Amino acid sequence: MTTETQKPQRVDGTLTSIGQKKPRIDGTLKLTGGADYAADRNLPNQTWGYPVSSTIAKGRLVALELDEALAMPGVLDIFHHDNFDKLSRSPNDFAAANKVGESRLPFEDNEIYYHGQYIALVVADTFEHARAAARKVRAQYEKSDDQLTDILALDSGQGDLPGEDVPGDASSRGDADSAFESASIQLDQRYSIAHENHSVMEMHASVAQWENDMLTVYESSQGVVFQRNALAKIFGIPQEKVTVISHFIGSGFGSKLFMWPHAVMTSVAARRLGRPVKTVVPRELEYLNTGYRPTSLQRVRLGADDSGKLLSIHHDGCNETSPAGLHDDTVSGATPSMYDCDNVAVTNRLVTVNKGAPTSMRAPGEASGAFALETALDELAVKLEMDPLELRKKNFAEKDPAADLPWSSNHLKECWDNAAQRFGWNKRNPTPGAMKDGDEIIGYGMATQSWEAMRQHCSARFGFRDDGTLLVACGTQDIGTGTYTIVAQTASEMTGVPIEMIDVRLGDSSLPSGPLSGGSFATATVLPAVSAAMKEALAELKTLATAEGGVFENVDQDSITLRDGRLVSGDNSIEIAELLRQNRIGLVDGEASTKPGDEQDQYSFRSFGAVFVEVRWDPGISRLRVARVCSTIDIGRAINPLTATNQVEGSIVMGMGMGLFEQIEYDAHGYPYNNSLADYVVPVNADMPQIEVELLDYPDYLRNEFGARGVGEVGLTGVAAAISNAVYNATGKRIRDMPISIEKLLAS
Amino acid sequence: MRAFELESVEAIDQAVSHRRVHDGEAFIAGGTTLLDLVKLDVMQPEKVVDVSRLPLKRIETLEDGRLKVGALVSNTELAKHEIVMRDYPVLSEALLSGASTGLRNMASTGGNVMQRTRCPYFRDPAMPCNKREPGTGCSAIEGINRNHAVLGTSEHCIATHPSDMCVGMVAAGATLVLEGPDGQREVAFEDYHLLPGDSPEREHDLKPGELITHVILDAPRSGGQHYLKLRDRASYEFALASCAAIVNLDGDNISEVRLALGGVATKPWRADAAEAVLKGQPATQENFEQAAEAAFNDAVAYSHNGFKITLGKQAIVRALRDATAAARG
Repeated sequence: MTTETQKPQRVDGTLTSIGQKKPRIDGTLKLTGGADYAADRNLPNQTWGYPVSSTIAKGRLVALELDEALAMPGVLDIFHHDNFDKLSRSPNDFAAANKVGESRLPFEDNEIYYHGQYIALVVADTFEHARAAARKVRAQYEKSDDQLTDILALDSGQGDLPGEDVPGDASSRGDADSAFESASIQLDQRYSIAHENHSVMEMHASVAQWENDMLTVYESSQGVVFQRNALAKIFGIPQEKVTVISHFIGSGFGSKLFMWPHAVMTSVAARRLGRPVKTVVPRELEYLNTGYRPTSLQRVRLGADDSGKLLSIHHDGCNETSPAGLHDDTVSGATPSMYDCDNVAVTNRLVTVNKGAPTSMRAPGEASGAFALETALDELAVKLEMDPLELRKKNFAEKDPAADLPWSSNHLKECWDNAAQRFGWNKRNPTPGAMKDGDEIIGYGMATQSWEAMRQHCSARFGFRDDGTLLVACGTQDIGTGTYTIVAQTASEMTGVPIEMIDVRLGDSSLPSGPLSGGSFATATVLPAVSAAMKEALAELKTLATAEGGVFENVDQDSITLRDGRLVSGDNSIEIAELLRQNRIGLVDGEASTKPGDEQDQYSFRSFGAVFVEVRWDPGISRLRVARVCSTIDIGRAINPLTATNQVEGSIVMGMGMGLFEQIEYDAHGYPYNNSLADYVVPVNADMPQIEVELLDYPDYLRNEFGARGVGEVGLTGVAAAISNAVYNATGKRIRDMPISIEKLLAS
Repeated sequence: MRAFELESVEAIDQAVSHRRVHDGEAFIAGGTTLLDLVKLDVMQPEKVVDVSRLPLKRIETLEDGRLKVGALVSNTELAKHEIVMRDYPVLSEALLSGASTGLRNMASTGGNVMQRTRCPYFRDPAMPCNKREPGTGCSAIEGINRNHAVLGTSEHCIATHPSDMCVGMVAAGATLVLEGPDGQREVAFEDYHLLPGDSPEREHDLKPGELITHVILDAPRSGGQHYLKLRDRASYEFALASCAAIVNLDGDNISEVRLALGGVATKPWRADAAEAVLKGQPATQENFEQAAEAAFNDAVAYSHNGFKITLGKQAIVRALRDATAAARG
């Protein structure tokens, strides 16, 4: 096993697999029911858990009446504060790969921190028995009436945002205060985004089993290694004794990155009962205790001269967090890198509310921050009577002004021009309400898109088998985005072995440790490790081939290349499978770990994009619809343009949700009002606009040898701002609070 | 698991005789409301009588020109029926604006009439709700009431009736045929659903043991028809405000008009005050707006749903405009 330190060779030239549009290799399994999702797992002698949760937002659990529930048919046991195992909290450390979603352990105390907090787990022989008994558990509370669920209500509308400042989030350059004071054009506005929920299609579920002292958990997880490590810490057992399996995930969007308490409850129950336990988190509880994008409140101040040159940027953010688990969304974190401006100051604040822990939700922080910044720029353009696209171009950052480093690769200017041209931005009339079509008024809006292009450390295994197939394994996951496929494409590209003959294994913490499927970093992280592992295996193959009596005896190993599944040197070649068979070896494999190098200190890595939106506003019936979205994205190389484009399309739909519909509402009593798929409004098929995505193709070889930066989040950033800006162009109404609901349009 | 007795019946008299006891029994046809509510623990029937095999699946024209629709005709069949599409487009449009294709395939005509409110407080047994548990209070009045009614409310309940189909039927005019242990009776569609008043748990004029067997639509009304549904997203959401309009013109004047509203009221709402404003008057935007004002004269807004008054008026004005255009051909 090696750790890569040298810059590997670029993979470029004529590519046959990488960069090609490949349908997902797991598509057939998914369409035929062959994909084993977590809750599909049924183990011998299995039992079912069903949670009981708090119906108050704040207070104390005084008593649980369990007698009736315990007497119900099929009930095996009920776990709660008074009989739960004594466990340790996970250190909850991202760097140590044991971060969890809710740091509080289930049933840890009898305090009630939020509505929906687990207070008991009923385990029975069937799902129906467990659910029926759970409904017979009666809880007595001492209720506090001073719960807080709405941070927007705390805002005075002026000056500082509410909450506690997070000193580590603040950064500044120049003197933003003075520059703002002296700027001839000033803008000072507040923006907010409502609490959004991931609303994943595949429900959260744990199936836990102890065999002797070994714990196996089947989970719908975006991070099997993180969950494995956290469970080991919580139970105080070695990592080797815990396995977390997540072969297929039916969407996560961040809600499945970090473990939630249901997995701990289920694991404890399985140990206590000596039988496997399956708990599927009920849909209505998923909205309460598997994370969410926290409500955010932001203040943006921009100072500019009369030509539109930015003189100052202030960006203050505030998001809600939970007593059950701290989450800082750092909504202003990316702002210092976005535009060329000498005087910038950003801060973030937190307010603790009586809700479950927030967590990452697609483009966490940056999607929220981009909404505020990109809307503020549109407002500034109006003040300047300047085209909003020209304003952005005027302030293009030639290098990363925050880190004072060159970009590894930045084609934002081409994104702007390409998307503007395809969209027909030059037909825009800047006067609100000037473009009409029958009953409808048309509005155009745009925004810049961006997301940090990270890379993490990763291990992988690569094997050649004597039947000609390849085995590629990594403890990362495919969350539906196509990781299985791009790993196979990469293996195929490097070896010439057809994709159909490549066996990709992911979603198992016992495999070499891979990254979370999040942050858009899985692609840039995993593929170099796969490549390094392949080279390890190849070296062994070469040693075999050049050994005494081997086909390449006495041949210089450096002259041997790999082509079409064969080792080639000069005019001689041998099929690798044949080489293995000759040596009576079933599998030659290599394992390697890779991590980013000192390029981190020499360059700034970001993906970019531009999004243009057409809305249609029918004022006679207060109907707002997104009609058209055009986005051009610069993500380095797309390993699979088919799935990458699909990612951006999905991001746009999610951005429509943020802009138009999505918000979890709590009433004045701290009661979550719309925690169901029926009542939480997300875009549906009938809302789909014409979506036109174009991916630029400029490989970023500073990020890795494949030039890939990843694509999961960048497409979401800016979408809500572009919608809001288009709404202003159509209506003259500036809606600064997402979502843009009918009542907000009517009120303004 | 909540066990209940399931009995399938093949004949109508068998069905109604099985429902001698009112409490604890429920009919099931498509099940799109009942099964939901049983799983949510909102309804706890001890016995479920499956009426889906009863011979109530026909649509036939009566000698007097009315259209008799069996209670088990699915929402899809009714919406796509040749005569309904031709003579009752307002009803067809209303049906097709509701739910999803899958739900409409399952949902029956009678079941749609009987569907329960979507008020989240009603649907959560942990919350006080006068409709679900009389006397416990209304959580929506002091809570979140964005989706709630502004017409026909009481201090005990402000839940909307969720149906689109029923709004179309109120506009088209219809009669319900009920079969009970004591025989058959007919009720005007508009009189069937009850205002919440001080007994929101009583939602309709259905006596113990009775079953809806048919809806008889009035003979087709000439003129232009239109159903307009306004909501946040483009599909798969209950109305924030909807309007069914049928307009007859005599020259430029409105000779006959029928208006019904959905999403804004506690029952499928006939807007007769608005109709009165319009009768005999020119079909102008100004008159449409006056009618819309009249329709919401008695509206009561709560903390989050005041916008529905504006939205409801807009639905009326636009539906009238488009129905008038259809009347002119």
